[in-house]
Order: sequence, then C-alpha cells, then structure tokens
Amino acid sequence: MIQLEHVTKTYPKASRPSLDEVSVGIEKGEFVFFIGPSGSGKSTIIKLLLHEVTPNRGRVHVNGRDVTAMRSWKIPAFRRQIGCVFQDFRLLPNRTAYENVAFALEVIGKTKAVARRVVPEVLELVGLGGKEHRYPHELSGGEQQRVAVARAFVNRPLILLADEPTGNLDPDTSIEIMRLLDRINRTGTTVVMVTHDSNIVNQMRRRVIEIESGRIVRDQARGVYG
Amino acid sequence: MRLKYVMSEVMVGLWRNVTMTVAMIITMAVSLTMLGASGLIYTQVKDMKAYYYDKIEVAIFLKPEITDDQRTSLEGSLKADPLVREVIYESKDEAFKKFQTMFSDVPAVVDAVKPGQLPESFRVGLKNPEQYQAVREAYVGKEGVDQIIDQRNLLEKIFNILGSVQTMALVAASVMAIAALLLVGNTIQVAAYSKRREVAVMKLVGASNWFIQAPFVLEAVVAGILGSIIGFGALALGKVLLLDGSLSELTDLLTPLSWGKVLIMLPLMALAGTLVSSITAWVTLRFYLRV
Repeated sequence: MIQLEHVTKTYPKASRPSLDEVSVGIEKGEFVFFIGPSGSGKSTIIKLLLHEVTPNRGRVHVNGRDVTAMRSWKIPAFRRQIGCVFQDFRLLPNRTAYENVAFALEVIGKTKAVARRVVPEVLELVGLGGKEHRYPHELSGGEQQRVAVARAFVNRPLILLADEPTGNLDPDTSIEIMRLLDRINRTGTTVVMVTHDSNIVNQMRRRVIEIESGRIVRDQARGVYG
Repeated sequence: MRLKYVMSEVMVGLWRNVTMTVAMIITMAVSLTMLGASGLIYTQVKDMKAYYYDKIEVAIFLKPEITDDQRTSLEGSLKADPLVREVIYESKDEAFKKFQTMFSDVPAVVDAVKPGQLPESFRVGLKNPEQYQAVREAYVGKEGVDQIIDQRNLLEKIFNILGSVQTMALVAASVMAIAALLLVGNTIQVAAYSKRREVAVMKLVGASNWFIQAPFVLEAVVAGILGSIIGFGALALGKVLLLDGSLSELTDLLTPLSWGKVLIMLPLMALAGTLVSSITAWVTLRFYLRV
C-alpha cells in the first residue's frame, strides 16, 4: 500500500536531512506507529505521503502510484484516497460538526443529498450522534478530534494518516480516539500514525517504526514505545 | 449546487471587503474609461482621415504674369500625371466669388479685397494624399507657378492634437491599470487570507484547484465587469455632455461620433477588464495559495 524507497528529504537551509535514505513498506490494512523525538523526521513522512513536500532523492509509492512523479493537477484526486487528522483538529470554527464533514464532501463535488445520507452515518460511527449541530467551540477537544476523524473517514479513504492526533488530548480521551482509529483500521483502512505518546503505543501493541535523526532505528511488528 | 456555492462565495467575498472592492471597481472604471476614450479617438481619427483625404487638394497658385501657353502646358502635364486624380482650374473671378461666400458674414474683409487680386490656381486632387511631396517637387520650379499649398498640413495639425490626446488617455489608462492591478492583487490576498482555513481543508480533502481558485478569480472578474459598465457609463455621459453638449461647436468640424461606435466600446472594455482582473487574480493565487 505504501512504499518508501531510499527516501532522502532535506529542507532548504537545514544542515542535515529530515529523512536520510529511509526505506519502508506498509501493507494494506496495517496499523503503523511512527515514533521518535521531536525533529526526528517522522512528520515529514506524513507530508511526503500527502505530496505536501517532495523528496530530494528516492521514491514514494502510495497505492501503486509513484507520488514523486505525480503531476500537480493529479494531486487533488490522489488526496481523495487519503484521510488525514492532525494534532490541532483543523476544523472550520464557523461551521457545525455536520457542516464541517459535509464541507469536505461538497468541495469534492458530492451533492447535498449525498451529504445528508452519509454525514449522520459517519458522525454516529465516531460517537457524535446527537451533537451534529454543535459548533467546534461547543465541543470538547476529544469531540472535536472525532469530528476531524469523521471528516477524514467520510470518503472511505484507503489510508488514514494521523499526525499526533492525541497531542492535545488528555490520556482518557486519547484512548477513546485510539479506539476509534482502531475501529476504522478494522474496516480495512490502512492507518499510519505519528506520535510520541508512549502510553498509547504500549497499549495498542501494533507495528512500531522508530525514527531518530532521519533514520529508521527500529521496526517491530508488535512493538512498545521502548 | 457547486455553481451556487461558488456564486455565494463570490458575493460574500466582495461584500466582506467592501471598501477595497469599491476602490478596485473605481480604479478599474477610470482606467477602462481612458482606454475606451483612446479607442474612440483612434476610430475617429481613422474616419476623419478617410473622409477628409478624399476632399483635400493641393493648391498650385499661379503667378499673375503667367502666360496662356505656360498655363496650358502646366494643365496638360498635371492631367497626364499618374499621381493626380483630378485637376480643377480656378480663375481669379472664381477665387473671388468663393472668397465672398466664405467671408459673407464679415463684410469688412470682403470690401478690402477687390476682384482680380486673388491669384488663379489649379486645384489638384491626388490619388494618394500621402504623395504630396512628389507632386510638389515635380511642379514647384515650373514657370508660372507661384506657391504650392497642401491642405493636408492643416489637417495634420488636428490629427496631431487628437493623437496626443489619445496618447495621454492611453498613458492615464495604463497608470490607472497598474493601480487597479495592485488593488486586485491585494483584494485577492485579503480574501484568500480570510478564507485560509477553508482553503487548507479544501486542499487536504482533495478539492480540485479550479474549485479552490474559482471564487477568488470570479470576485475579480465581477469587479472588472462592474468597472467596465461604470466606465462605459462615463464614456456615454462624456458624449452627451461634452461632444453633443458644450463642445458641440468644435465637434461640428470633426466627423460625427455615432452611438454605435460608443456601444462597441462596452464589450471591448468588459473584455479588457475581465482579462486583466482574472489574470491578476490567478497569478496572485498561484503565489499566495500555491495550489
């Protein structure tokens, strides 16, 4: 599903590469943690997979397609196959939970009728049934992240990328979000999560890839934070 | 649905930043008025050239002591000249009669001139009025020829004045166009900034580039079209108040400016306004949104 081949990424003006000759493969339906200290380069992986940055060397394949060689006008269609959640939720503050999710559908050309059918369903799935018409500021952090997950998942993406999704949440809420991501993973969606939350990694017992100074130092099938 | 979404975004965008929108429309309107005016002057000059160049003639005045032989030979060579379209002989009497009618409202001038004082002349129409110089050189030294006067010189002066008015209008149009361009760029940046969250989400979930850009570009296009309509109104007002109004004495001299010609300026101005504003908006977005 995801292949990184000898990927090196050095940001302009950076003294050393964020990713240095990284090669890794992720199968369909896997749940993978990328862990490592701040600045180790783990977030760069998410950016590479979204084609927000391009590698200096090496190839990135997602779902059988070479992302590095992709023409810019093809990126939007490519991103529709990928859901994404972030530490800071990135919800639109002047739209309700329902409207936030529906917005993601409407801007890629789905009709309002489709949104009316699909959005309540996915909000129910993330456990926000009954709170569709609350605005983000009326929701707790955990609930806001659920809206973000609903938005990422509403298109049934092949891959869900999560960049420190529990970074702003307390431990209990974090575990609830992880349960949600686990449920989504069980539907067959590949989940790639970047985190430095050791509790969560230890509880989930999923594949752990540890990155330090831009290199993979550990790749363990049912790993702990270590 | 998506069209409705885009249109409502355009209206909201224009209204959110209404002072900038108004400034943008006004500069656009002034610039396009200048452009339209210079376009009108251009067609006007072309019309006048076509109209007057048919009528103007080169006057070859003859010396009082010219002999009949000299006159006949001169007329013969003029008639045989391939550059010449027609030759009309004007005798002293005819010149005096013409003079009388021309100055009939100023009797003092008419009284001061006696018949026979005015020189006889050949009025020569040229096939191509631009070839005056060749004709002049051919006849200036001939016996009996006194003076050769090209009426075109007078017209050239009028055309030069119109030409410099046109240049001024074009310069003003370009300066205002630069101001309008900067305002469009700025307005689009402000609009994009105020919608940065929406744009970020749209990029994330894979909205197509045109869908992200369209509301911003259309904002600029709507402003451009409004500007051209206002600019056209100014041109029409200018025709009614100036050309048909206070300056009508002057404009009798010029060929009349028809409403048809003024109307043609509307689509031209709308096209210029739309093109300039949409290209500026698009380029701004390329840099600002990097979509």
